[in-house]
Amino acid sequence: MSQTNSITDVIDQSEHRGALSRLASHQTFWVFMAALLACLALSMLTDTFASERNLFNVSRNFAFVGIIALGMTAVIASGGIDLSVGSTVVLSAMTVAVLMSSGMPIWVGIPAALLVSVGVGLVNGALIAYAGMPPFVVTLGMLSVARSLAMVLSNNKMIYEFGPDHAVLLGLGGGSTFGLPNPLIVLAALAVLTGFLFKWTRWGQHIFAMGGNEQAAKLTGIAVRQLKVSVYVFSAVTAGLTGILEVGWLGGVTTNLGQAMELSVIAAAVIGGANLAGGVGTAFGAVVGALLIEVIRNSLILLGISTFWQGAFVGSFIVIAVAFDRFRNARSSD
Amino acid sequence: MSALRLANITKSFGAIHALTDVSLAIEPGEVVGLMGDNGAGKSTLVKVIAGNFAPTSGELFLSERRVEFHKPLDAQRAGIEVVYQDLAICNNLSAASNVFLGRELTRQIGPFQIIDYAGMRNRAAELFARLKSETRPRDLVKRMSGGQRQAVAIARTLLSDASIVLMDEPTAAISVRQVAEVLNLIRHLRDHGIAVVLISHRMPDVFEVADKIAVLRRGRLVASKKAADSSAEEVTGLITGAIEMA
Repeated sequence: MSQTNSITDVIDQSEHRGALSRLASHQTFWVFMAALLACLALSMLTDTFASERNLFNVSRNFAFVGIIALGMTAVIASGGIDLSVGSTVVLSAMTVAVLMSSGMPIWVGIPAALLVSVGVGLVNGALIAYAGMPPFVVTLGMLSVARSLAMVLSNNKMIYEFGPDHAVLLGLGGGSTFGLPNPLIVLAALAVLTGFLFKWTRWGQHIFAMGGNEQAAKLTGIAVRQLKVSVYVFSAVTAGLTGILEVGWLGGVTTNLGQAMELSVIAAAVIGGANLAGGVGTAFGAVVGALLIEVIRNSLILLGISTFWQGAFVGSFIVIAVAFDRFRNARSSD
Repeated sequence: MSALRLANITKSFGAIHALTDVSLAIEPGEVVGLMGDNGAGKSTLVKVIAGNFAPTSGELFLSERRVEFHKPLDAQRAGIEVVYQDLAICNNLSAASNVFLGRELTRQIGPFQIIDYAGMRNRAAELFARLKSETRPRDLVKRMSGGQRQAVAIARTLLSDASIVLMDEPTAAISVRQVAEVLNLIRHLRDHGIAVVLISHRMPDVFEVADKIAVLRRGRLVASKKAADSSAEEVTGLITGAIEMA
């Protein structure tokens, strides 16, 4: 009896091990603090940062990277990588643009773009899960193929007329609801959904199990292959969604949309705590990582520092965030 | 009535006879130490029992009912669990999540099936208590000792109400204190009426817990006798071939 008592006691203790100390043990927390601190400093140093107009721009810009970072976090947590997201953005954007400019209504254009994205994810996932090819190689190939398809689709021309539903499409990506830019609302909704899926569903649990130890996941009877395909489809759909929103925001689309975006997205996920070795990552982290990148970018502009420095700052932050995590882990495992 | 009975199991891969005519009965609550040199057929035998390989000829009986396994899941459903040498657990998940991996408890909330963490923690705590292990359900497996990790792997077998547990070298790579912990876990399984097949190279560990010793040499069962009637010298002789048969 005393045995069971002591065990329940121990559980209670660990349950009540202060929320604050648990919070402080997460990389996401520190990145969030860094982003917050940067925002505070900028509002004091410049009078432009806290202006409504600038905040509107910042939040919209980071929403695009943030939405895909959610999908990327799922992929990275599962132990993979998806380099094709930037190209999926342009392919999805071009699909909706071409269809709508030819006179199709928006309710044909958007589902078609999402369907194309699902197709990209299925091809990625099938080659990785069933043909056993490395995710890096498969998605690198898709990076090239998807962008090329977007060029074929549009004949490499800019499209800026979207037929009868022109205004609806522009309003969707460029407009705002209750004073918040629409992409930000999509990001918030998707972040909540993704967080829920990660934490509270078997799908989420199994992604993290697979990322932690794929062999173990297989041995316990988890359908590892289907799971992998679903993860790449999820990632591609977040990219496709972003493509649709970006067309509306930009009011036109060219085939260089989303170029090199996969790098910002991976950076956001990694800064947000996703571990490229698999098994670790959070939805909130992905959003915070994307936020920090955008705040750095924005602050350099506002402080009048040459934009050539952006890469150096973002790059340093990736390394610092990961190094920080390493240090902490090395200490706690002693 | 035997928990598991192997009758004339033979397994060949082409011209190689990995197992020849192996017959062995294991009673409920009995710990069998399966020994043999590398390549003697221990792993093959375990894989036949666990459903990874179908035997070339021969039969398997569970509680005297004839069974045929086409895949590991068949064996698992029939009540045979394997604790793998590398444990097949996920370091990044909690002990409770690992115990329930692949068969998570869920609750219905509206249209959603959400994971019942509280239920899994309580159930896992019960299992660890039954194993007299101090493993805490919330802790990440990453931060656990080798003995606690074994407890997690073994708790999985209790969860599924297994009647036979196969353990592949559970004491190979852990400290002396943890070996004692694992041997205790094996005794607890036995006390719950579960038959345990313990594969090990470590003679003292086997003699400490095993009721019966089975020795394989070149795919043949050369001994199957009470541990109390045998000795480390005899088993060494059987493994190397210095003693032909016992």
